[in-house]
Amino acid sequence: MNHPSLLGRESFVELGARARAHALLDAGTVRELAGPFDGLVSPWLARQGVVPQADDGVIVAKGRIDGHGAVVLAIEGAFQGGSLGEVGGAKIAGALELAAQDNRRGVPTRAVILFETGGVRLQEANLGLAAIAEIHAGIVDLRRYQAVVGVIAGQVGCFGGMSIAAGLCSYLVVTREARLGLNGPAVIEQEAGVAEYDSRDRPFIWSFTGGEQRIATGLADRYVEDDSAAIRATVRALLAAGPPATHRSERYAHYLARLRSYDPARQPEPQTVRDIYADGASS
Amino acid sequence: MNIATATATAIATETETANPAASRGAAWLAALSGNAARVAGYPASVQVADAALGGQPARFVALVPDPASAWPRARHGEAGVIEGWSLARAVHEVVQADRDTAIKRPVVAIVDTPSQAYGRREEAFGIHQSLAGAAGAYAQARLRGHPVIALLVGPAMSGAFLAHGYQANRLLALDDAGVEVHAMGKQAAARITMRSVEDLETFAASVPPMAYDIGSYATLGLLWRRIRVGHAAAPDAADLDIVQGALLAALADILADPQRDLRSRLGGPNRQASGRVREVLARQWDD
Repeated sequence: MNHPSLLGRESFVELGARARAHALLDAGTVRELAGPFDGLVSPWLARQGVVPQADDGVIVAKGRIDGHGAVVLAIEGAFQGGSLGEVGGAKIAGALELAAQDNRRGVPTRAVILFETGGVRLQEANLGLAAIAEIHAGIVDLRRYQAVVGVIAGQVGCFGGMSIAAGLCSYLVVTREARLGLNGPAVIEQEAGVAEYDSRDRPFIWSFTGGEQRIATGLADRYVEDDSAAIRATVRALLAAGPPATHRSERYAHYLARLRSYDPARQPEPQTVRDIYADGASS
Repeated sequence: MNIATATATAIATETETANPAASRGAAWLAALSGNAARVAGYPASVQVADAALGGQPARFVALVPDPASAWPRARHGEAGVIEGWSLARAVHEVVQADRDTAIKRPVVAIVDTPSQAYGRREEAFGIHQSLAGAAGAYAQARLRGHPVIALLVGPAMSGAFLAHGYQANRLLALDDAGVEVHAMGKQAAARITMRSVEDLETFAASVPPMAYDIGSYATLGLLWRRIRVGHAAAPDAADLDIVQGALLAALADILADPQRDLRSRLGGPNRQASGRVREVLARQWDD
């Protein structure tokens, strides 16, 4: 990277959720919905000795992207690890439901989800899980009409039930700082042992779940620099492209066929996955 | 809460050596399908049966333990990489077969699964994408007009439940101590939230969404109905009658409902904020 581009670059990863939403929406069009002054705090955290946050760690920002109606759903990784509880989960699910309803009424509202999340907030356990199921439902409904674009910028990454949500998106944008996996490293180590998954071995974790590996194995669609302008341009282009003919989540025949050439008797190397999923990229 | 832990542990241990047919999921699949032949071509852990429900064709799908699975972290009924994509296939097949028919076959997900599979192979090959395949397939079936019913007969845990059952139009559960819903096993949950298991249990007793038992879960408003049977692990003829009746009632309720989304889950006494958030969003949505 040369000096002018480095100097002109605004890091996206370093931005909080609200600033990220503003960075993606057209200037002057942004309205935050169900915001910090609407009295929607988690009813469950205070009684467990956790200080709640007025936005519950999720920003719903409505406005325009490239002149088209859009809603950006941004998860704040700095609050409780980006975990989703009842309120934050309902904000995302509810906004997706309204965007789909708009489309049924002829208003082509689009959605972008900024994932920065460990998944279910365990202090709200079953309500987080239920909300994530509704987020899944909302994405699958909306993607019938519009591309639903997911962005994993880092540094929290995207885990738990929200990694399934990422897998349902029409397109997934990742950076080098992104990680995408179902189970967090500490949880795998807890359940399966350190020999199976060493949660302190960062290069190991990154080599399997990092953005570079996910793009190389076709489990993500765009690999971008940590640059707000680049991410904004990528998101715009994907929204403009519309939903793909076949979503990655529908490609069971492709993946089952590919997986037949892997022998689970041996633990895979990152290269094993690259070889087996070689032409797995959907776009 | 100790009972729930003990039950979960007992189930995990039993299935280690048990015949897969002994799992609750397999037992209910056999009973509800009248021992119909399994659809061929699926892995042993994903059992699919086409059988009548109230005289009309339906597809029943269950995740069951396969102690011989080549994937060592997915031998106890967990939803693993192969399971997720195979569930997706079982559901997409029905959607494609009924593409041009006016009547869409019901799909019944029989849920008895201890968790998603935790392992290196799983993360490497994108288990999140595989489970998205399953969740997406159920959601698409529901949106296309297939009545989708989830019947919880054992543990319905975390990512496995998201992939297999949670997209259903209606959730039904046996009212039994062996049926529990949660986001994470207790030991792992304690470690991740940096609490002792004892603290976690204390909190769970006063915070309904943190509890593991089906009675607490029912207060969240997500279940359509709880079903009391005599033998949750090995149904007899009377149990089968009761559950078939409940499935038919759920089917009728779905068919009478003009909506194909999940809004019928809102309104539970311990889930009021979920409705309030939606009200605020709807009020502020249009400029």
